[in-house]
Amino acid sequence: MEKLINDFSLGLFVWMGVLFVLLVLLLKKYAWKPILDAVNEREEGIKNALASAEDAKKEMQNLTANNEKLVKEARAERDTMLKEAQEIKNKMISEAKEEAKEEASKMIELAKTSIEQEKQAALAHLKKEVGEISLVIAEAVVKKELAAKEDQVKLIEGMLKDVILN
Amino acid sequence: MRRKFLIKKITFLLFLVSFVSVAQHNEKSDHTNAPQEKDLKTSIKEYINHHLLDSYDFGLYSYTDSHGEKVHIGFPLPVILWDDGLKVFMSSKFHHGETLAKVDGNYYKLYHNKIYKTDANGTITYDKEHHPTNAKPLDFSITKNVVFIFLVSLLMFFMFKRMAKNYQKNALPKGVGRLLEPIILYIRDDIAIPNIGEKHYKKYMSYLLTVFFFIWIINLLGLTPLGVNVTNNIAVTLVLALITFILTTVTANKNYWGHIFWMPGVPKLMRIVLAPIELLGMVIKPFSLMIRLYANITAGHIVLMSIIGLMFIFKSWIGSPLSFGLAFALSLLELLVAALQAYIFTMLSALYFGSAVEEHDDHH
Repeated sequence: MEKLINDFSLGLFVWMGVLFVLLVLLLKKYAWKPILDAVNEREEGIKNALASAEDAKKEMQNLTANNEKLVKEARAERDTMLKEAQEIKNKMISEAKEEAKEEASKMIELAKTSIEQEKQAALAHLKKEVGEISLVIAEAVVKKELAAKEDQVKLIEGMLKDVILN
Repeated sequence: MRRKFLIKKITFLLFLVSFVSVAQHNEKSDHTNAPQEKDLKTSIKEYINHHLLDSYDFGLYSYTDSHGEKVHIGFPLPVILWDDGLKVFMSSKFHHGETLAKVDGNYYKLYHNKIYKTDANGTITYDKEHHPTNAKPLDFSITKNVVFIFLVSLLMFFMFKRMAKNYQKNALPKGVGRLLEPIILYIRDDIAIPNIGEKHYKKYMSYLLTVFFFIWIINLLGLTPLGVNVTNNIAVTLVLALITFILTTVTANKNYWGHIFWMPGVPKLMRIVLAPIELLGMVIKPFSLMIRLYANITAGHIVLMSIIGLMFIFKSWIGSPLSFGLAFALSLLELLVAALQAYIFTMLSALYFGSAVEEHDDHH
């Protein structure tokens, strides 16, 4: 202890005090404050950048989710549209078929009636023709039969008989 | 580019200075009457003691040349005394304690590294315990330590100013800042904030950073061969401890004083007993800071130099390599101690500041 007190130098104490306090003040103004401020600022910056990156990521996720949703919706819509179209197509086809069938049957019916009519007409015509032919034949036959006088008389008589009988 | 130029300039200056001083001190010294064959052990001991002390000239080394003359390599420093007026002269007037310095009709003698006022013959009178009784003028000399403190302060100022300047251009550190920034951040995040608290730490940061780098750099430079031990001066560590003490006391809040004079949570009688103890503790804390730094560095240097001194005592071929190896290992240890002491001083200062601004008092 005595050596310590003996070694103590007031001059060194004063110089050290002055120089060190000066050093602290100067460094505070020209070094520590700018350095710590810069470091703080940088750390703030990094923190903010990280936060905004996180936000961007979240937004991105949201966007992707939205997009997926949209795509899904669009797909569903497309599917329903396709389905509807299919249905409409089927319906149209079946309707067309039905109509065609109806039309066909109608036409067939018409054809049938016209055929019937034609047939009737043809039959009537045929009857007439046959009648005419038979008249001609009958004329010819009659002409031949009634060539002789007695045959004519016989026929008249016969006819008369028939008439009387009737 | 500019820095390289600066380094070159400084190196050149150092060279110049050492050559100039060789010329200056190569004078014939008149101590031929001193016993030449001093005991080697005592001379080593004296050398160590001398090395640990402050001195009035910046001595790099000294040797005895072939003519038996003591040659000192170094340069003198100004001596500033207050003895009925300011007396300023260069320490070369003492011729390393061999002659008296006559200034304005007063005679001053350098005796055991202290300046005493004497008569024209340089007589020193002693008391019973062989202490000189001569008057000591107030001594504000620019000693070796003062020069070294100044140089380190200058170095620190320019180093950190450059680092700060770099941040204006670039958010990332460059050059030496890459090494220093993690240390600064460490002091902030692991010393200041945990001990002082997020709210108050800012006002202490300048002191903590300065004290850490000052002690560290000055300890490291003290380990170089040309280096000067500064932190093994009680005056230097006293200044540092005193600043910690003053800062603690000035910034202390009500809670701190409450804990000292009227300790909460203990019986009334105990509070009265505790008050003087706490008051004493308030002073002992910085006192321990002062002694710890002083003792660690002094002890390290004494042991290191003693081991180097062993080399001259064991003149065998085993002694030198052994002592070299030991000195090498110890130097490595001292490198650690240099940083450790800086860390401990900063850490404990932060702890004391923390106790001064602590706000909640329900943790006892």
